[in-house]
Amino acid sequence: MTIKTIALSLAACAAFGLAGVASAADMHTKAISATCMSCHGPGGKSLGAIPSINGLDKDYFVKQMKDFKSGARQGTIMKRHAFGYTDAEFEAMGAYFASLK
Amino acid sequence: MTLNRRDFLKVSGAGAAVALTGCATQSAPTVAKANPHVVVVGAGFGGATCAKYLKQWGPNIEVTLIEPNDKFVSCPISNWVLGGIRTMDDITHGYDNLPKRGIKMVKDYVVGVDTGKRTVKLKGGSTISYDRLVLAPGVEIMTDFVKGFREAEAAGKVVHAWKAGPQTALLRKQLEAMPDGGVFVMSVPTAPYRCPPGPYERACMVANYFKKAKPKSKIILLDGNPDVASKKGLFMGAWNDLYKGMIEYRPNNAPYAVDGNKMVVSTEFDDVKGDVLNVVPRQKAGEVCEMAGARNDSNGIWCAVNLATFESTTVPNVHVIGDSVLSNLPKSGHMATNHAKVCAAAIVELLAGRQPDPIPVVANTCYSATSDTTSGYVANVFRFEAGKGYVSAPEGGATAKGDELNFAYNESWAQNIWAEVLG
Repeated sequence: MTIKTIALSLAACAAFGLAGVASAADMHTKAISATCMSCHGPGGKSLGAIPSINGLDKDYFVKQMKDFKSGARQGTIMKRHAFGYTDAEFEAMGAYFASLK
Repeated sequence: MTLNRRDFLKVSGAGAAVALTGCATQSAPTVAKANPHVVVVGAGFGGATCAKYLKQWGPNIEVTLIEPNDKFVSCPISNWVLGGIRTMDDITHGYDNLPKRGIKMVKDYVVGVDTGKRTVKLKGGSTISYDRLVLAPGVEIMTDFVKGFREAEAAGKVVHAWKAGPQTALLRKQLEAMPDGGVFVMSVPTAPYRCPPGPYERACMVANYFKKAKPKSKIILLDGNPDVASKKGLFMGAWNDLYKGMIEYRPNNAPYAVDGNKMVVSTEFDDVKGDVLNVVPRQKAGEVCEMAGARNDSNGIWCAVNLATFESTTVPNVHVIGDSVLSNLPKSGHMATNHAKVCAAAIVELLAGRQPDPIPVVANTCYSATSDTTSGYVANVFRFEAGKGYVSAPEGGATAKGDELNFAYNESWAQNIWAEVLG
């Protein structure tokens, strides 16, 4: 988060009584990343033909998701999933999966 | 997570809307307790996943998971057992890893819920208190909806096999014993029901078996719906290309009666005779939801929840996930795991005195086999928007033709989701 968004968060908390927006954002990343694991396996470690996604380089992860979305990378199912997430979420998920070994 | 200003304003705007309208549909975050107790009822795809993530994201939370069965038997891939390409052992898994995660497993049935005192009563006699309760019972099969079904089921003559287990094994035996040239009659329940593509995959798997083992046999599909309810192109394509002349599809043919002695299924048009009958009645939310007062839609069939937290719209501190939920989301095991993750995240935040994520996202991925070497899929991402519920993202949809690559992914999906739920 940038200083600017933290300031905005604090303002929003004061305005709406939302304690812990920052924490919710963090939980948002964890929860959307966990969504991937229903196919890619616990922690992103696949047991079979579906590729593992744990420990991938963050930039590589983000580029693949953007390429699935644009059609630059052809796949089976991933274009349909890539359209469901924002670029900011690709970044957040990329950082999260990079941290999982 | 890096949020840009626009994203952030979107988040806070949605959050404000939830917070402002939340009074009626969401209990407020509680004052943080050192070790709050969450009781989860049902250790299927939804319940076991929810218990796992409650512990992972809220290590201070005490989690009790109540399940009457010794083993997890997967509905996904159970059609493959009927087709003879997998065994009951392949779809049966233990719960051994869940206690290692700090989850307390209790083998028992819930016989009562007191939402005022926040307790559940078990058949074994004990009573368990909760701070929050998660109900994940799956569906209850409305066996009374088809006259004669209960008697035929009790006699072991006609089963639904819509909950994987002994009925799956029995139906497979009936199919094996059927002579070549026999007729398999299967009914498809009127939507909404568990696993929309399931009945059509089942027809493919049985046809694949007949084609090899008893090629003169026929399948009659009596559909309570006006059309194939899921992946129509994929299934119709398979029936025409792979099983030509074998499958007779009759839409708008809900069965109202079955006779297990005469082996006849009756619709308002016909009495349809078969050698093996597989009647799948309509479904509703699991019975424990009724005990908690959460089977609260206008017909008393499904559970209306705040879809950002899966908390009941009428019963505070009671969450419902999986097939029992009233929503536009497909009733699949995969979807149940994602309800579970959103619900667990929300409960962790609420129990810590924080507001839950106002813009959760769930995804559905559902593979169906069309033969013993080919599968297709349907995939959708749904994003929660305040005031609208889950909105389907663009580009969601299904494949038009099964292929071998998707069959390999179908197998891999099953192994991975079982590990995700139970590992």
